[in-house]
Amino acid sequence: MSETIKKFLYLNRKAPYGTIYAWESLEVVLIGAAFDQDVSLAFVEDGVYQLTKDQDTTGIGMKNFSPTYAALGDYEVKKIFIEKESLDERGLTLDDLQHLVWEDEDDDWAEKDSIKLVSREEMTALMEDADVVFSF
Amino acid sequence: MKFAIQVNEGPYQHQASDSAYFFTKAALEKGHEVFRVFFYHDGVNNSSRLTTPPQDDRNIVNRWAELAEQHDLDMVVCVAAAQRRGVVDEGEMQRNGKDATNIHPRFRISGLGQLVEAAIQSDRLVVFGD
Repeated sequence: MSETIKKFLYLNRKAPYGTIYAWESLEVVLIGAAFDQDVSLAFVEDGVYQLTKDQDTTGIGMKNFSPTYAALGDYEVKKIFIEKESLDERGLTLDDLQHLVWEDEDDDWAEKDSIKLVSREEMTALMEDADVVFSF
Repeated sequence: MKFAIQVNEGPYQHQASDSAYFFTKAALEKGHEVFRVFFYHDGVNNSSRLTTPPQDDRNIVNRWAELAEQHDLDMVVCVAAAQRRGVVDEGEMQRNGKDATNIHPRFRISGLGQLVEAAIQSDRLVVFGD
């Protein structure tokens, strides 16, 4: 769709509910997938809550959109970075998050992990390295 | 330099739209190019022509529209965000069976692809909001 390939970093900073930023960010990621760019997602601060397992929104009357994250692999979104310090500060570990995978067509469609835990310092380098940072 | 601007907050409630306006205006006056201003989240409310601030306050909607007029600026309102928040143009009114429109004619409603395209085409995407 476009000749230019840029490094897109979607920076997710907010809790999944309370405000609409997280949900509308995911909508940009899904639409943006059609543009064949080099896409990474990053989750920092309260944004790490977006990927927590077993979300139940019945009490707040909002749509639980968390199952959509599991479809990201089908949209060729293979690089998802979680900031370790943000998890630590909230008493969370990777086990509290969904297990997100993508299928590698060059390796007999083997399922590979999409999520990579990175330090705050590494996260800074990721932002530095990106051509475009979509901040939500 | 070529800029893309993203406005994520509504008018008056939040300073983001004011800051985005002053940034865009300054960039244009310095001779830079602004490829597009994209209004997302509550930012879509910056396009309501029905906005009526007190007389001694700035009119944020008209101010954007005048800047766009002067510099032939492309101002795009996200359709999905607009539908949720009742920002309506002629096409949306007919498609969704509504009885009115409220968008200022200097803005246009389009898809999120316009934001992604702007990010690809521009040297910098500058995001205003929380």
